[in-house]
Amino acid sequence: MGLLKRLTRRGSGTGLVRLPAGSFTLDPSGRIVASTLPRSFPAAHVQQIGALVLATFQAAREAHIPLTELIADYSALKLTARELRGGAIIFLAPR
Amino acid sequence: MVPPFRRYILSSLAIFGLKGLYCRGSLVELAMVTRHKILLLDDDHDLVEVYREMLGRLPSQPEIFTATSGARAIALLDSQPFSLLISDLNMPKMDGLQVLTIVRRKFPQLRTAVMTSVVDAQFRTRAYAMGIDLFLEKPNTGQEVNFFIDCIESLLDREADAGGFRGVQSKSLVDIIQLECLSQSSSVLKVTNGPLAGRVWFKNGDLIDAETQDLTGETAFRRILSWKTGNFEILPAEPERNRTIFNSYQGLLLESAQALDEAKGQPPGAGGATEPAAESPLAPLARFNGVEFVISVSADDQKFEAWSAENPEQLSHWVRQTIKRFRALGESFQAGQLNQLEGLGPQRHVALVSRANTDLCVGFHRSLSQDLVRDTMSKIVIQWAS
Repeated sequence: MGLLKRLTRRGSGTGLVRLPAGSFTLDPSGRIVASTLPRSFPAAHVQQIGALVLATFQAAREAHIPLTELIADYSALKLTARELRGGAIIFLAPR
Repeated sequence: MVPPFRRYILSSLAIFGLKGLYCRGSLVELAMVTRHKILLLDDDHDLVEVYREMLGRLPSQPEIFTATSGARAIALLDSQPFSLLISDLNMPKMDGLQVLTIVRRKFPQLRTAVMTSVVDAQFRTRAYAMGIDLFLEKPNTGQEVNFFIDCIESLLDREADAGGFRGVQSKSLVDIIQLECLSQSSSVLKVTNGPLAGRVWFKNGDLIDAETQDLTGETAFRRILSWKTGNFEILPAEPERNRTIFNSYQGLLLESAQALDEAKGQPPGAGGATEPAAESPLAPLARFNGVEFVISVSADDQKFEAWSAENPEQLSHWVRQTIKRFRALGESFQAGQLNQLEGLGPQRHVALVSRANTDLCVGFHRSLSQDLVRDTMSKIVIQWAS
């Protein structure tokens, strides 16, 4: 099994992206002003989440159901977003 | 004198060590046996060869195909039917979770297993949330190799035994129950309908017991049969289960069908004077405390039904768009299925769920707490699914 061991055990580095635990804050223009997310989580992904949350708050206002908090419950992740004067603070918690 | 053709076959078999297999008719049988096809995906060429050798030891002697990239694997899956995909997680360009996201959507009936050296509970959870059948760590010892082989063989067996059940989701429960009874099965049918779960026990083709929530026997069976959508799973028989149902399954199915027809035929509002106007099928959902409006939206087209919503068209558009976007976000991060969306606002709260191509949005009075919204919504979803 020596050969197997050599083949199967790789270095600890992995290209897979872990779902992050932490929070980040967006200003009304969608710019990230603070973040406690790990650096391993790509900034593009953070922007994608932020843009969706802000767009959802905006669309809800237009549909006459203004929201101050949004909770998306996924099988492997819970996303909680709170509206902050046009911006938002978003919490991510993997399950 | 051995005829030339037979001599040729015998010598060919001898090359592969299969000489003993040749006797009258055996070759035909060998050719007719349908072998499972396994697709092995790992970016490491050497490792792929090691696993190919391991899988070659499987008693069912499956055909092993290999791919070293996600794109190649998906192309192979497109080109021919496979019984099982075994995928690594950590790969360049398209990682295993991305491959599985595509595979689960394009080939929902395909069995999928993950074999990885990434020992991380989060990736395990996410892979299972995508609906994979098995998550294994790459084997490292002889014992682990044997365990790996047993697991894969058992998965292939399950595929053969359960033949097609993953693909008959559009069948009604009545069809599935009839299938179990007609095939004289002894098994347990586990049915889930959103947060609800029920079990029906079969013994030698007889329906002997049922259970859901706090109901048992025929009452539970009727309740389960009233569910319109959901998932099912055939579990091993439980021979020690006591019999509480003594009617024939045909009689039970007939009674249940009649009861459902009668319920459908009831005039609106017949259930009691306190019920809200029942012209909308959504009205019964509005009986729950704190509900202000209900809207159901077809995910495929622009159709919607609304109860007590002030601006249903705008709202239906928002519901469809929001669920679609958050579902896409979950897929892009491999965060698993979107179970529910909740929004809390100064005027009212909303909760959104999606089941079987229909999205449901319920508006709640703003005085309800978030926990109460969640509790009430789960009850509404149960009623909606039923």
